[in-house]
Amino acid sequence: MKTPFGWTGTVLHINLTTQTVSLEHPDTEIYRTYLGGRGMAGHFLAPHATRHWTDPALPLLIFTGPLTGTAAPTSGRGTIMSRSPLTGAICDCSVGGTLATHLKHAGYDGLIITGHSDTPCGIEISDADVRIVPTPLWGTPIDEVFAHLESSQKHHRAMACIGPAAENGSRLASIVIDRHHAAARGGLGLIWATKHLKYLTVHGTGEVPVHDPHALDETRTDIMRLTAASPVLMGQHGFSEWGTGALFDLMDSRNMMPTDNFQKTRWPHARRCNVVAFHSAFTPTSHGCSGCHIRCKKIARNGRTMPDYEAMAHFTALIDNPDKELALSAHTLCGQLGLDPISTGATLACFREHTGEDFSSTTLLDTISAMAHDHALGQGSRRYAKAHGHPEWSMSVKGMELPAYDPRGAYGMALAYATNTRGGCHSRANALSHEILRKPVATDRFSFNGKARIIKLAEDLNAVVDSLTACRYTFLAASLEEYTKAFIAVTGVSFSGQDLLEIGERIIYNERIMNAAHGFSATDDDLPARFFTDHGTSGRGIAIPPLNRDEFYTARSRYYRIRGLDENGLPTPDTTRRLGLDR
Amino acid sequence: MKQLCDMYATKLVTQGLTPPNAPLIGGLDAELVWNRQDPRTDEFAKLFETLSINSLVFSKPAEPYATILDFLANRTQQAIRPEDTETRTFLHDIPICREFSASAMTTSLKKRKAVIIPGHGIISCGTVSPEQGFVFYSSTIFACFVLFFSDYLNQLRAGTLDDEYRDAFATAVGSLPHPHTTLPNLMPGPFPDEDTALAAMAESGRHVVGYGLVDSFFGNISARLDTTLFISQTGSSLDMLEGCIDPCPMDGSATTGLTASSELSAHEDVYRRSDFDCILHGHPKFTVIMSMSCDKTDCPHRGECHIKCPECRSVDGIPIVPGEVGTGPTGLCNTLPPAMASSGAAIVHGHGLFTAGTRDFKEPFEKLLTIENTCRSRYFSLIESYEKTS
Ligand code: SF4
Repeated sequence: MKTPFGWTGTVLHINLTTQTVSLEHPDTEIYRTYLGGRGMAGHFLAPHATRHWTDPALPLLIFTGPLTGTAAPTSGRGTIMSRSPLTGAICDCSVGGTLATHLKHAGYDGLIITGHSDTPCGIEISDADVRIVPTPLWGTPIDEVFAHLESSQKHHRAMACIGPAAENGSRLASIVIDRHHAAARGGLGLIWATKHLKYLTVHGTGEVPVHDPHALDETRTDIMRLTAASPVLMGQHGFSEWGTGALFDLMDSRNMMPTDNFQKTRWPHARRCNVVAFHSAFTPTSHGCSGCHIRCKKIARNGRTMPDYEAMAHFTALIDNPDKELALSAHTLCGQLGLDPISTGATLACFREHTGEDFSSTTLLDTISAMAHDHALGQGSRRYAKAHGHPEWSMSVKGMELPAYDPRGAYGMALAYATNTRGGCHSRANALSHEILRKPVATDRFSFNGKARIIKLAEDLNAVVDSLTACRYTFLAASLEEYTKAFIAVTGVSFSGQDLLEIGERIIYNERIMNAAHGFSATDDDLPARFFTDHGTSGRGIAIPPLNRDEFYTARSRYYRIRGLDENGLPTPDTTRRLGLDR
Repeated sequence: MKQLCDMYATKLVTQGLTPPNAPLIGGLDAELVWNRQDPRTDEFAKLFETLSINSLVFSKPAEPYATILDFLANRTQQAIRPEDTETRTFLHDIPICREFSASAMTTSLKKRKAVIIPGHGIISCGTVSPEQGFVFYSSTIFACFVLFFSDYLNQLRAGTLDDEYRDAFATAVGSLPHPHTTLPNLMPGPFPDEDTALAAMAESGRHVVGYGLVDSFFGNISARLDTTLFISQTGSSLDMLEGCIDPCPMDGSATTGLTASSELSAHEDVYRRSDFDCILHGHPKFTVIMSMSCDKTDCPHRGECHIKCPECRSVDGIPIVPGEVGTGPTGLCNTLPPAMASSGAAIVHGHGLFTAGTRDFKEPFEKLLTIENTCRSRYFSLIESYEKTS
């Protein structure tokens, strides 16, 4: 059967053990069932779900979506997925830059890498030409890898690589893409390292055929109008102007700024280290992922990548560091070593709580370096805190360190942190959208009322967004209504928004099934005890009491019911069958 | 959930959008709850099984909206396409569902946020809160009202009116509420401190909604105090502004305006160019209708008037400017501030009215009401004059 427009119909397999390359043409039904991106990657990961992360047969999956490479706004994103060395759960990262777009233009919906090369290698793809090449770059910091690749390649191409952190076994290892983007979370860089894969470059020259260019143009106009009308995206204080660092003032003013390893929720130096201060110190320019008009990425005058909000907050408030230059240096160092800045910052905060000692500029950078060179902290906060007899110092869920949103200030966020399939992540249900940013409408952030269903629906939606693919930020303005039109215009497949949401539900449930196979259950869908026992920082008319554990558990039980899980958070045969996942 | 369902049911009634006891609002977390019992809830409950929603709003509209909606629906095949800015940006179009059944409603709601069921009412839903259904419901009514009166004038001009439209128009006009003519007694300025300014903003917001000078409860309000601009948050209810006003330093030293109204840039630029201290922005219906009224039939910009109109148009000297919501090259942030700075009021094509004043909200409120009443009487004078010549 002919694959509909939008998809290429081809998945590229590379086996590094046998050094072989093969093509697969998935049945059309698979595309209709899983869409692309996170959905397709999850589908191909499922049969290998219980493989240990060191098993060479564990696949590393990179997938594009039906919208990738088209004129649909913010569609140039993709997914990198595998099992997380940090958490043991499944782990996917939505990645920007040009990687997914080049892969699609090269003719592939996805790339599946298995095996283990005897010697360090790189993969170089130019349309149909796929090479596995030995490389002397092992051990080289990331900026040097990019410099080398840039000078040795003829055409502009997407580039992704790992750094010393991955090579030295850190479970916080990231994959850096096109210098300024990353698949940062969950230690996926370590999977690359176990395969002896140092880098990947892709150059694609093909076109993505679109079913109805006129309709795509029409819905593109609608989406552009909605984003232009969005204060948070294109407003004078929005992401386009400042990057996500624009959230810094807001989080502090809402008493949600994680400070001193989440012991407080406001930071006295916030105004000194807000995004305006960062911008006046480093005068960045804007940069974006392929196909994006929002361009939320910022690059400092001297080429250093500016931190996103989460890294900005973790390298300042979370470790009580009011030195902007030091925060940027810490972020830059993470970029060079290939470390996840969120988990690195949170692990440093855990270490600081343990030692009771502040970082100096020297000790901070030295400790980060050590994390990428065999230091125990490079295994993440959970292992470190447990080894020192105080698991409560690790502010993580499923072992993944929490980003910079204190859950005592947004109860939907609290529930979403606990229930999502990859661990301490704020973006799977993006409760910030309605609890803080008032989109699509504001909800009561200090209440669990209605949140179980809201979180479930939002998780389904974001699974769709990650599979189409598009950027989640766009959905702070546009909705599935517009993106469904874009999907139909591109593919010619007449799905409704509801059909897409059902696919989103299937994608999440598939992830739940994989996690259950890894032994995850309700015990893992929980928050660090601190949030149930300690007050945050109240003030300016806002009280931040601890979360009520009973209310939290009641909301979580509701979530399980709505998601079709049993009372222990495990998949049920009925829902598995209903979603067609029992094959 | 029940509490939220009750709250939005009450709002629909108090804003005159539905008759008393008509709204039916359902909310679902783990259990489905309704604001009241009704035999139709069984049918509506099926929508919760088939759509990924957590709330639903349904009601027959009050007059004149019921007449207007049914008239427009009877003349339209599949979807009504109003051209006001709110519809262009947020609703796109409004489908019509001719069958009162869960399956038919589901099909329509899979595509759009609000659906008209002729003879029955409007149904809309939300994924986060009944507020979404309420907003889509009231925006549908607003858009249809503007379309109905605009089209009537256009067809009268073009000489294409038929008797059915004349009858519906007469019925609708017969049930229009009388215009407000007395002003509320607003707090006098200048405001000595932040708390007083915030209280004054909340007070004027309540009156803007109470006087019906907005589409549902949207619009925005700001006040300048020294170097800080206080502005209502995006999507906030102007009648419930307490806790929903953002302080934005005008020296750009903070990004606390991230959740501020999408018109923050426009407000700020007006203050920079003038001595005004307070701005009100509403969507009064006849002002919007008159902003879209144009007799230039051969204009090359037809269909894009809202962004490209090059004419210097006005209503009694109040300039009408093009511009879309928010920023961007065609954003009203480019067109509104110069127009406002000179006249203290400006109408944005198909969108609404901005008014400014010094010291307090008395002056902008008076301008808001006076201009709307002027637009209303201009509209009916135009109708009368075309009737005479037709
Ligand atoms: S908004 Fe930012 S993260 Fe999203 S696609 Fe654009 S540049 Fe990339």
